[in-house]
Amino acid sequence: MAMTRTHRLGIDRIACDGRGLCAELLPELIDLDEWGYPIIRDTIVGDDLLTHARRAVAACPVLALRLDRATDRQ
Amino acid sequence: MNERPDAVLTGQAQDGRSGPHGARLLHGWYSTGGRADLAEHLHRYGPPPLPPGHHPATLLIKAVEEAGLTGRGGAAFPTGRKLRSVSEGRRPAVVVVNGMESEPASRKDEVLLDLAPHLVLDGATLAAAAVGAEAVHLCLPRTRADQVRRLTAAIEERGRAGLDRIPVQVHALPHHYVSSEETSLVRWLNGGEARPMATPPRPFEKGVDGRPTLVDNVETLAHLALIARYGAEWFRSTGRPDAPGTTLVTLSGAVRVPGVYEIPLGTPLGSILGTAGGAAEPVQAILVGGFFGSWLPAAPAAAVPFTKTDLAAAGAGPGAGVLVALPQDACGLAETARVLDYLAAQSARQCGPCRFGLPAVADDLIQLAWGRPDSALIERLHRRTGQLPGRGACRHPDGAARLATTALHTFADDVHHHLNGGPCAAAGRQPVLPFPDAQAPQDEGWR
Repeated sequence: MAMTRTHRLGIDRIACDGRGLCAELLPELIDLDEWGYPIIRDTIVGDDLLTHARRAVAACPVLALRLDRATDRQ
Repeated sequence: MNERPDAVLTGQAQDGRSGPHGARLLHGWYSTGGRADLAEHLHRYGPPPLPPGHHPATLLIKAVEEAGLTGRGGAAFPTGRKLRSVSEGRRPAVVVVNGMESEPASRKDEVLLDLAPHLVLDGATLAAAAVGAEAVHLCLPRTRADQVRRLTAAIEERGRAGLDRIPVQVHALPHHYVSSEETSLVRWLNGGEARPMATPPRPFEKGVDGRPTLVDNVETLAHLALIARYGAEWFRSTGRPDAPGTTLVTLSGAVRVPGVYEIPLGTPLGSILGTAGGAAEPVQAILVGGFFGSWLPAAPAAAVPFTKTDLAAAGAGPGAGVLVALPQDACGLAETARVLDYLAAQSARQCGPCRFGLPAVADDLIQLAWGRPDSALIERLHRRTGQLPGRGACRHPDGAARLATTALHTFADDVHHHLNGGPCAAAGRQPVLPFPDAQAPQDEGWR
């Protein structure tokens, strides 16, 4: 079982006010509920989506979305 | 200062540690029928066995770990592990005693604080010694003014007797459903509102004044006070090896003698209801855990042992030890709709899923219980409920979703009848579940 560095999406649910930019920029991992609040389908961000994820984090107007480094079994 | 042998150290056997029916926390109550004042408490238990000097009570942490005590506030987290984490923090710790009991169907913390306040306070003082705390805070609901007054007096009396190294500070907090959440207590004690905070960090890492903070339920600390005296082996001598000790439960609904009881962990739910005199009328379902809990059909539930593992296998959890027997002639959907409506109103209104999701789920359930449900309702309700868990700063949406989901499952026949024939006759009867008078919190009501 190899240990690799991965990235994990996190949301500060109190800060989030449902602007929905994250789902626009990262539709592969983020959906919106009927009120526009994000539903993360998968918190683990693969290397192929890392650039998109970083862009989504930077675009969040209330800084609610974050990308944490996490050590994960693969 | 303590001349009694520390039983944790000596393992010495003592008689009379358990009262009638194996009661421990309620032993004094069963023997005297009254509240234990300080004299009565000291006569029965002696002073709290604090370690000599100011060394942290590492032996106590070890005893609590070996005892297998778990939190009695709802999460059932291993208490010893929490003590150890807090004690290993780099800054001096803080102890917060959680007596908020915001669960409307629970009375056990109120009863324990009323009947055996000094067991709880002993536990607070011992836990403070164990983690090397420099401050101890007791959080009580503002709505229970008598309790606040009695505990304040009890603490002053202990001060005169020199029992507590660190004086316990009593605080009266707003009594909303989510105000008992541990991050709400920390936030309030830091001068803010009694509303949950985003985590991490959790309080054990960074809590009151930024210090490692031990937040424990009052019952958990009372058990700790007995473990400090009688040891891990004694604690494990009742209950089950994988779920040792006793626990307080609040029994209500269709039982003959509703109230707070102490039972060994692992007791089947049917026998637990038996301690309250058994069913007063035919029972269709049992609410396990409280407003954040699960509805289980009565017949299979009766055989399920009251432990975290067995309840989890049945789709439930111990919560704060609440069991409500729902009579056959009540409407489980109406009961659930009222609870969801209450939980939606009681949310901290901080996160999207609670601000929009909970009221929407409550409205769907109200339509299902009393209204004219449209054809898309069930699908919509399942989707909305399924989207709640894991999407709040605290577990409020998770708990509400669990209750709604288990209701749709357990009362599946009623769902069918309500969809096809409209509200049942039982939907109009008096509610079985208790509701506090409390109004929904206003913006200024959180401080």
